[in-house]
Parts: sequence; structure tokens; C-alpha cells
Amino acid sequence: MIFFERITKLRAKGVIGMNFRNIELIGRYNERSKYPLVDNKLITKKIAKEAGIAVTELYGKIEWQSQLAHLHEMLAPYGSFVIKPVHGSGGKGIVVITHREDDLFIRANGTSMTLTEIHTHITNILSGLYSLGGRYDIAIIEKMVEFDPVFQDYSYEGVPDVRLIVYRGYPMMAMMRCPTHESNGKANLHQGAVGVGIDIATGKATNAVQHNLPVTVHPNTKHDFSKLQIPQWEEILKIGAKCYDMTGLGYLGVDIVFDRNVGPLLLELNARPGLAIQIANDKGEYFRVKRIDQEAQGRSAEERVTFSMNILSQI
Amino acid sequence: MSSKFQVMIIALMLAVAGFFIVWYKVAFLNIPLTPHEKKDYFTISTEVSFTGENTPAEITMALPAQQEDVKIISQESESGDFGFTISKTREGERAVWSKREIEGEQKIFYKITVSPEQFYRYVPESEIISMTRPIERDIDTDALFALWEEVERSAAMSLIETVRTHSSGPFTFAALLIDQLNRETPSDSVKLLLKMKREDKASLITKILMHEKIAIRKVRGIDLKDRLKGRTLTEMLEVYTDEGWKLFDYEIGHMYKPSNFFVWQRGNDALFTAKGVSKPKLRFSVTQTQVPVISSIQQNVYGSNSEFLNFSLFTLPASQQNAFKQILLVPMGVLIVVILRILVGIRTMGTFMPVLFSLAFIQTSLLNGLVMFFVIVFSGLFIRFYLSRLRLLLVARISAVIIVVIAIMSLMSIVSYKLGLTQALSVTFFPMIILSWTIERMSILWEEEGGREVWIQGSGSLLVAVLAYFAMMNEYAAYLFFSFPELLLVILAVIIVIGRYTGYRLSEIFRFAPLGRS
Repeated sequence: MIFFERITKLRAKGVIGMNFRNIELIGRYNERSKYPLVDNKLITKKIAKEAGIAVTELYGKIEWQSQLAHLHEMLAPYGSFVIKPVHGSGGKGIVVITHREDDLFIRANGTSMTLTEIHTHITNILSGLYSLGGRYDIAIIEKMVEFDPVFQDYSYEGVPDVRLIVYRGYPMMAMMRCPTHESNGKANLHQGAVGVGIDIATGKATNAVQHNLPVTVHPNTKHDFSKLQIPQWEEILKIGAKCYDMTGLGYLGVDIVFDRNVGPLLLELNARPGLAIQIANDKGEYFRVKRIDQEAQGRSAEERVTFSMNILSQI
Repeated sequence: MSSKFQVMIIALMLAVAGFFIVWYKVAFLNIPLTPHEKKDYFTISTEVSFTGENTPAEITMALPAQQEDVKIISQESESGDFGFTISKTREGERAVWSKREIEGEQKIFYKITVSPEQFYRYVPESEIISMTRPIERDIDTDALFALWEEVERSAAMSLIETVRTHSSGPFTFAALLIDQLNRETPSDSVKLLLKMKREDKASLITKILMHEKIAIRKVRGIDLKDRLKGRTLTEMLEVYTDEGWKLFDYEIGHMYKPSNFFVWQRGNDALFTAKGVSKPKLRFSVTQTQVPVISSIQQNVYGSNSEFLNFSLFTLPASQQNAFKQILLVPMGVLIVVILRILVGIRTMGTFMPVLFSLAFIQTSLLNGLVMFFVIVFSGLFIRFYLSRLRLLLVARISAVIIVVIAIMSLMSIVSYKLGLTQALSVTFFPMIILSWTIERMSILWEEEGGREVWIQGSGSLLVAVLAYFAMMNEYAAYLFFSFPELLLVILAVIIVIGRYTGYRLSEIFRFAPLGRS
């Protein structure tokens, strides 16, 4: 009966499961026809620009195998860049090149790639290896985010990002994902990145977990998470709220990174955001979902952010 | 109306419809719920023996008609070199055996197989005819007692008088008459009548009833009991009353037909006639056999008067039936996948890939299947890792893996055959395209997420495949789905309901455990 006790406890915390997310949130508020807006990174970039949201600069795209013949010339002007599949998800197929050494391209995790290997990688992207449903894909080459030194202490071999869950336009929950040595520089929690729960009112860290277990310091840099404060917090929440207006998706994951020159950038959107954010925050989404359901629709992004910061954060 | 409510209503309707049809088939069509259920069959053999007189001979015997509670399954005559025909009379069918010249002792057999079925209803045409048959008023009532002595005749008259005074119609008359004749302390006139050598109790009763112009007919039949030998038929009487024909026993009076009593003949014709032979004799014997119900359904479906069974899978040719036996298992496997993914939360590679593998395991047997699966997948992965270095396009690479898989399968078959392990030959049942995709997915998963994730999803898939295998191999389930395909509606209902389940998955209780602690 320990089982029912556990269920009762999870309920009391307002934790939602995958089935609830799929039926009541994604199924109800995310129209399939709007998925391409977030699944296709080129479209996301385009509509974000139109909405006045900063995105990473696009260097070029490769749609056909034949374009690969000019790969060398295409990459020539850039010392650092990122290769991504347009339809990729969960960070699959992303290669970050930080600098070059002679003919070698050095990746963020310290390993190196030859031009031929990059060539292969793009071939794989084009043939749909990393994309949803395995369909033919496009590879994009974009500017590498030069991450802001404010997060130097909380990241290892990679770029930390902020994940917002935006429910019906209201930023509902937030976490920061800090890469570790174990996660291979990736900001994926199940690969060993640290998830830091962020107070929606202030942008301050409240809780941190790695592999679902509480931690207080970053395992590699040994810095205390309790001192973590995300700058320009209100600005970040506004980006999240605007993403709802530009996509119309009611249950949206918004990934934001900090560029040292540009400031907060929209990295990507996710129409099927995961539930690990609940563990990072030590808080379930359910009660906030219900609170937002009581609110009137049609408010501006600023009004919604104010609501989230003042009222939602109390729940 | 909320969509959740609609879903529940639809699911409920589907489930009710499914269960209703199952119930109907079990209750009225006697399709058993378990595959091993047996049914009693009784074979009644009649043996007609006689001695030939070197003259043309004709033997006739009344044949039974379909009746309530007992169903005639088959009939056959073993008449040797006699001519055999069936003639129709007003009272039903008669078997007619004939031959120009017969010498010495001869035997003819007639076999009939019946099975008691509680809800079997059959209204034969001959029954309708005799129900409406006019009462024969032209009987010469005086002729009935013509051979009797005067004392006997007056005793009969006094008995008739007593019974008539106390009765109100044919039914009560017959009942009282039989009662009078069976009292422990009979009246003087009854005593006198029973002492008569000329008449027995049965003929006494029929004659008196005929004298009163009450329509009667005889009912001859036999108890369905195992190992009855050399019997004659039990005779009873039916009296036509205002409410139709009522059955009377000569000893106990009015009664209802016992359910294991098989009526051989109804009417006043002779059971058996023999012309041109001497010492004719008719004997009945009964043997009981038990037949699996399922085979009896298959036997009877063509002759069945049920529209329902005429639409069942049993009517298909045998090869199609076997195909459907397989196909109807798939919903079971699918249900297992739904339960394990939505309610338990097991991660698998490809949604229904495990079902395809469990179908293969059914063909190969589980252990062989698992061994072959591991051999193919591991050697396939090994080769796939090399292929990844060749920088092939995805489609070409998977095609290459397919060919490699086929090569591994062939090699396995040849090697194992040479070693005398014929089990490995069933490897051909593996879906090779699916295997190749599995290998491809595994190797990508390995590269991207590491070996741990491959292990989790791989063992999850195999666990689901093995559970689906056991669900589908369950003999009882296989039988149920084939005999009651409407159970698919019930499965559909279950899947629809699970499809709207918003609670936690079993795995999430562990995944979110850190949240429940503080």
C-alpha cells in the first residue's frame, strides 16, 4: 500500500504524468497544424524574427546532397559554428564547433572532426537520421552562441539554457539546464545535466537535481547553485509569453540561451516539453495549470508575465 | 457533453454489445466458453432382425423427427443389399427397406445420433399437421369392445360412468381414468378389467378413450442413457385437449416430457411393419459418447438454422480459419502494448515492433526465438557499426542491413541444419525488415544516448514481446477470440478507456519519487 501512499503524495504536490500531459495539455491546446512552426527550426527562426525575438544568426542551409560539394567554401568564413537538423528534437544531431586547429574542427567537448566527418554528419542529417519520423531533412549552419560569462560557474563543456514551460501564454515553470562532464556538454537532464529549478517571480534558483537526485553544487565546477540568479528575468519571461502569441501553441517548451553580445536568444521551441522540470523545481505543474485555467484569455504578453511573477509564483 | 463522457459512453456501448453477443452465442447457440467443453452425443442403434421366406419383402419403420430439447445430428442406415428409401407419411417419415428375395436370418441397422440441447426448439411440419388434425368421429365405438364378455363390457361402462361424472373434459377424463386404473385399492370393476387376458392396461386405456371419442395418439421413445441394450421403446399417450396435446404415462398419468427422453414416433401408425418375412424383431440400444463442442460446431454450422452461425468464422475454409486464428491474436498483443506503455510506462523501440516479434516467437517457439533474435541483432549491430564508417545514405544503409540480416539468417539456418538443430530453421518467420530497422535504431540510440538507453529500450521491447507472446499463446484466449470475434469490441472498449487515462504511469511513481519525499 506504499504504492497508494506515493500516488497520494504525488497528487498532493500536483505532479502530472505523461498521460495527463498528452491528453489534457498537448492534446487539448496544441493543434497539430501548428507543429511545423516549432518542429521546423527555419520557420521558428522566421516567425521569431517577425515577432521581434532575438534568435541565433543563420549562416546557411544545406538542402541537397549536391550542396555538400561546396561545404568547404561555405564553412570557410567561420571559425566557430553549429550544425543542426531543421527537424531535430532533443538536441539530436547537433554539432558545435568552437574553433579550428589546422584542418581539424574542434568540438565543444574537446574532440575533433575532419571536414569529411562533418560531411558525413550532414549527409546523415539530410537522410533524416535525426529528424522526427525519419523524413528527409535540411541541415542548417548557424552562429555559435558565445555564452555569457555569468553562467561560467554553472556550466561545463557546454552552453547552459533556460527552459520555460508556457501554458496558454503564461510562463508557468522554469528551469536552467547546466551541462556537466557526464552529459557530454549537452543540456539534457537524462544524460546527466543538472536541472535547476528557478523561481518564476525572481529568476533565482530554488532547487537542483542531477539524475533526479538533489544536489547543491555543480558536480564539476563545485559552485553553489543557491547563488544562481538569472539576469534579465522579466525579459526572459516576456520572450516565453510572446512565443505563445507567435505559435498559438498552448503547451510550449521555450529554450533560451544567453549570448554575451546579444543577450537572451530563443534557441528552440518544443511542442512536447518533458516533465523533468517538475523534479528540478520540486513542484508539480497541476495547480498552476488549474490556476491559469481560471484566468481570462486575451491578455497581452506583459500582463501575463506580471500575473506569472506575482500570482503564479505563489502557488 | 464532455469528450471524456462521450468516450466512456462509446466504450460502454462497445463493451455491452460485445458481451451481449457473447452471451447470446453461449446461451442460445451453445458455443462453449472454454475450448475443452464436451458435449454428450447419444447414438441410438436400431436392429431389425427377421428371417427371409424367399418372397418379396418390405420392412418399414417410423423415423424420428426433430424435437424440443434433443437435436438430431445425423442418421444413417446400414441396410446391406436391401433397397432403402425414406417415405413421407402424414405422421412423419418412415424408413422402407425392400428386396425381391430374402433367405435366412437377416439384420438391418439404422443409426441415429442425437444430442440433448437445452434451448433447442424445432417445430416440424408434421407436428403442425397433427395438432390441427380433426378428431376422428367415425369410430365404431361398439366394435371396440366387441370381443369382450358381457361382464367386462358392463364393468367398463361403469368405470366410464364414474370417470365421466367426475371429469370436465378430455384432459381430466384421461387423468382420472389412469388414476382409477392405478389405484392401490381398485374398485371391483377395475379389478375385473385388469384381470382380462385379452387387454393390457395400455390398450384398455386407449380403447376407453377412443370409446369416448377423445383424440389420442401414441408416443414412443427411449431414454437417453448410456449402455442401454436390446430395448423396446417406451410407450406413452398423448391426449388432445383444449390446450393441445398433453402427455400421459399409463402408470402415473399426466406428465411433461423428460428432457432426456427421445421421442421416436408420435402417432397411431405402427412403429414397425414387416411384409414377406417371419420372426421380425426390432431392438434399440443407446451408447453415449463425448465430443468436443468446438468440433460439433464446425460439423453443424452448415446445417444450422442460426443466421448467426452462418456469419461466423467457422464457415470459412479451413486455411482461412487458420489465418484468422492468427490475425485475431494480434488485438491481444496490441492490448498488452497499450497496457504496458500507457499504464506501466515501459519504453520500447517502435510502438508495435514487440507485437511483430511476438508473432515471430509464436512460430519459432519462445526460447529459440529469443536466441535467434539475440544472434541476429548482435551480429547485425556489429556489421552496422562497420557500415556507419562507410558514410552511406540512410536508405542505402538500412537496405544494406536488410541484406546482412538475410545473410545472417541463411547462415544460421545452414549451420544449425548441419549441426542437426532443426529448430533454427524457423528463423524465416522473423520479419527481416523490422529486424533491420531495430538494428538501425539500436545503433543510432547507442551513438546518441549511450548503451544504457539501448539496454533499457531493448529489454523493454523484449519484455513486451514476451508478455504479448504469452498473452497470444494462451490457448484459452486464442479459442475465445476465434469463437467470439465480437470480443474485439470489448478490447476496443478497453483500449479506448485506457486511451483517456490521465493518471500516473507505474514507472512515473518511481521517476517522480524524489518529489513525493519531502
